Amino acid sequence: MSDSLIVDARGLSCPQPVLETRAALAKASSGQVEVLVDTVTARENVGRFARSQGWNCRSEEEGDGTYRVILTR
Amino acid sequence: MKSINRILMSRFGPVITGAIVGILAPLLVWKGNPGNMGICVACFTRDIAGALGLHRAAVVQYLRPEIPGFIVGSFLSAWIFGEYRPRSGSSPVIRFFLGIFAMIGALIFLGCPWRAYLRLAGGDWNALAGIAGLIGGIAIGIAFLWKGFSLGRSYGSAKASGLFMPVAAVGLLALLVIAPSFGEEGKSAVFFSSSGPGSQHAPLIMALGVGLLVGWLAQRSRFCTVGALRDLVMLRDAHLARGVLAFIAAAFVTSLALGLFKPGFEGQPVAHTSQVWNFLGMVLSGLAFTLAGGCPGRQLIMSGEGDGDAAVFVLGMLVGAGIAHNFSLASSPAGATPFALGAFVTGMAFCLSVGFLMREKI
Repeated sequence: MSDSLIVDARGLSCPQPVLETRAALAKASSGQVEVLVDTVTARENVGRFARSQGWNCRSEEEGDGTYRVILTR
Repeated sequence: MKSINRILMSRFGPVITGAIVGILAPLLVWKGNPGNMGICVACFTRDIAGALGLHRAAVVQYLRPEIPGFIVGSFLSAWIFGEYRPRSGSSPVIRFFLGIFAMIGALIFLGCPWRAYLRLAGGDWNALAGIAGLIGGIAIGIAFLWKGFSLGRSYGSAKASGLFMPVAAVGLLALLVIAPSFGEEGKSAVFFSSSGPGSQHAPLIMALGVGLLVGWLAQRSRFCTVGALRDLVMLRDAHLARGVLAFIAAAFVTSLALGLFKPGFEGQPVAHTSQVWNFLGMVLSGLAFTLAGGCPGRQLIMSGEGDGDAAVFVLGMLVGAGIAHNFSLASSPAGATPFALGAFVTGMAFCLSVGFLMREKI
């Protein structure tokens, strides 16, 4: 996990979580990127964008209301 | 229930929501709401401001039940599906002023983005200038977003803190039903228009039912008329845009079927033909909405989900409606007022300053 890029997009308004994800995916180009968000809407938006860019997406719910969206390619 | 929810959260969600709202809005007009104003978040919030006496424009005062319906519908939906999440702290004061100027811009045009599309679907071609302005305002907002614009993070807050908007919404509904007199008739709130657009309304139960349903649908599907254009341009994502297209198409067909479609520029209901101001009003509005992260309908929905920053934006719109009428900034069917220019320049100066200055490092 140590080599995965982590984006903390918690608490950001639309469309910033997706813009942050976009920048991170462009930087990583492959491997694993983790995006932290705190609303279901942001989780969906990040996932939809990542899939449209050819990344695989799954997410885990942490105890504190954070969703960890894990993107791999 | 589960399968309906799955569909609303799928890629068809915004389309279904848009189509249903597009059918319901002209039905509300048919049952009494003002022309091409089946649903208008700006106009209805303005009417509520009038009913509460925040402005004294006698023709636009009514406690529109659609607006509290949106908030309560969204709240119930968010609560049931585990998305009720109180949060706040993302530049609330800036959002308050964005709400004020978004409302002033919308009242120079005479409608929010929802009504701009409904006016178009009803054959009011003046809406085209407004929609062009909306696109222009969103485009300016997008330029700021590309440069790293941010109002900063919100943070989770106590579970109860998100309840105030739904409770206030219920309070407004109680005022509507009870219609208490706080003093001399006509001189004290609650004010109800006896003529003009404020006196035109669909039956309470129907308007409230539509509000609750639309609040529910929009909460599930994230329907947003500003996000639609923004995501299309910035992310090449048509997810929300398809919802707006379905909204316009359904409203057009329904208006046609009900005999409400009247194409032209002149004599359109609650509209004026000053195209420069139709355009500029929505530039201001579109920019303010984009900086705040969503259209006025979406802000209402998010306030129901517990988003305190969206709630502050909504309260800014309420105050903005009072300012717009008290300072003669709001247009009438005769056109824009001489003060529209000053309001536009002030609003744009504020929004552009916010756009340039707010670059919080994430």
